[in-house]
Amino acid sequence: MRVVSAVALNVFRESVRDRVPYNLVIFAVLLIGSSYLIGQLTAGQDVKIIKDLGLAATSIFGLFIAIFIGIGLVSKEVERRSIYALLAKPMSRTQFIAGKYAGLVLTLAVNVAVMTAAVYLVLGYMTWNEPAEARAAWDAPGTDPALLKALFLIFVELMVVTAIALFFSTFSSPLLSAALTFGLYVAGHFNADLRNFEHVVDARPAVWLARGLYHVLPDLSAFDVKTQVVHGLPVPAGYLVSTTAYGALYVAALLLAATVIFTKRDFK
Amino acid sequence: MAPAIRIEELTKDYAVGFWRRRPYRALDRLSLTIDPGEVFGFLGPNGAGKTTTLKLLMQLIYPTSGRAEILGRPVGDVATRQRVGYLPENPYFYDYLTAEELLTYFARLFGMPPGERRQRVSSLLDRVGLGRERRFQLRKFSKGMIQRVGIAQALLNDPEVVFLDEPMSGLDPLGRRDVRRLILELRDQGRTIFFSSHILADAEALCSRVAIVAGGRLAATGRTTELTEFRARGWELVVDHVAQAALERVRPDAVRITPLGPQRYTIELPLSLAPERLLPELAASGATLVSLNPIRETLEEVFVQHVAAAGEGARTETGGADARR
Repeated sequence: MRVVSAVALNVFRESVRDRVPYNLVIFAVLLIGSSYLIGQLTAGQDVKIIKDLGLAATSIFGLFIAIFIGIGLVSKEVERRSIYALLAKPMSRTQFIAGKYAGLVLTLAVNVAVMTAAVYLVLGYMTWNEPAEARAAWDAPGTDPALLKALFLIFVELMVVTAIALFFSTFSSPLLSAALTFGLYVAGHFNADLRNFEHVVDARPAVWLARGLYHVLPDLSAFDVKTQVVHGLPVPAGYLVSTTAYGALYVAALLLAATVIFTKRDFK
Repeated sequence: MAPAIRIEELTKDYAVGFWRRRPYRALDRLSLTIDPGEVFGFLGPNGAGKTTTLKLLMQLIYPTSGRAEILGRPVGDVATRQRVGYLPENPYFYDYLTAEELLTYFARLFGMPPGERRQRVSSLLDRVGLGRERRFQLRKFSKGMIQRVGIAQALLNDPEVVFLDEPMSGLDPLGRRDVRRLILELRDQGRTIFFSSHILADAEALCSRVAIVAGGRLAATGRTTELTEFRARGWELVVDHVAQAALERVRPDAVRITPLGPQRYTIELPLSLAPERLLPELAASGATLVSLNPIRETLEEVFVQHVAAAGEGARTETGGADARR
């Protein structure tokens, strides 16, 4: 645990010094700026749009961090040869992978927490600024705590994406890892469509292939409850638990695969 | 006493080629035993297999066959690394960290408590001459300074066995002198040092034993003195007050005569000619003997011979890398 936390803290330090905080500044400026504009242009729907925008921006900015840091987590160490001195320390390769992953998840957690705070601040300001009769027409309160459910699932989704990026990072170049991770992210959001592929095509092999892919690819659309939350629809606790468990299992499988590949690798 | 390092028949093949992958043997059945407290020089030209061997010992790569042990444990044993230090060739560390932060990070991996960590990091940075630059980010460091950081991190855990891959690389003459002193200090503390180099003067000055590798194979091993001392290739006489006539009588037997001053000469004789034969004649002409020494081969000459012989050996087989598949 000591070794894993040391590696994780170093990843966190690297991302802080690697201009990741600028990501947050851009996020805050965009959110506040667009809130102001939307407030000028729309009436009644503005809080919903800000919620949508805030959640989508958290997801996209988190995705940027997960992919662009995740793809370099291992490959950069190998390319720059910093891994030689590191792996000669009393540390197994499994601990190295676990530490790298934990470090990026910690970075994401801090980022998502700050972005969440920014979303709530903007929503709080809008609520305070809006007359009571206008607020009464909203589907859900401005600073609705249910937003946290969506933000939590966004975070779990980012954990899955980070694990995908780390997995590719153990055996391919950063560019290829980025392409593969982004491809898998997009495919993961349309995964549910593969389940009922027989309604679209008749060819049995294509249906089997689609069914196989459905089981292998991550179902990332499961983590998207933004619409429900923004419209004040319920998101059951059971759904949160089962989706989180699915995410955790997927992450565990990816980390296991990454460890197996990484453990067998020669660093020439 | 159990050896500090034991290498048995260690072999490493790499797959080369893009479409048709074929094996290239980088290291061929290397066997070595290094005792505790030895300063062992691992010598060879570029591409001889030195770094491959060190990477195998650090388990950065896996052997095709053979095995190796450090302090009686297989090289894969993570716990043993608590007692081992390693400086990679041309090391690279994280640009965004300061020298102090890097060493503190590595000290955490060794499980050092905070107080000891601070003290050890500080004293090591002073020891390698980076005390004033401890809070500079590594991106601002020169190659030589990075090498010094690399040496400091290799000694962080006060290791019993230290592996140094080309430790003098990138260092200026002062830096090289410092590293030589450091290695001798470690030797005096009873540490085992295994260092690879192609700078033979360093090996000659520091090592109790050396191994010469060429083309992935062990070409020679032994005490530095054994490799050079018993390979006298002639005699060197320094004589004073030599008359010209006496000098002319000696000239046909000499390999070379070099004037050092008025009537003072260095006379180089072949090994086949016993110097005792010439001495009476020179003495009779009024010359005085200043010194008489065997001309020994330098480690460099031994090295060149072995490397050349290894090259010949490889050529006489089916040729180059194919011979080592």
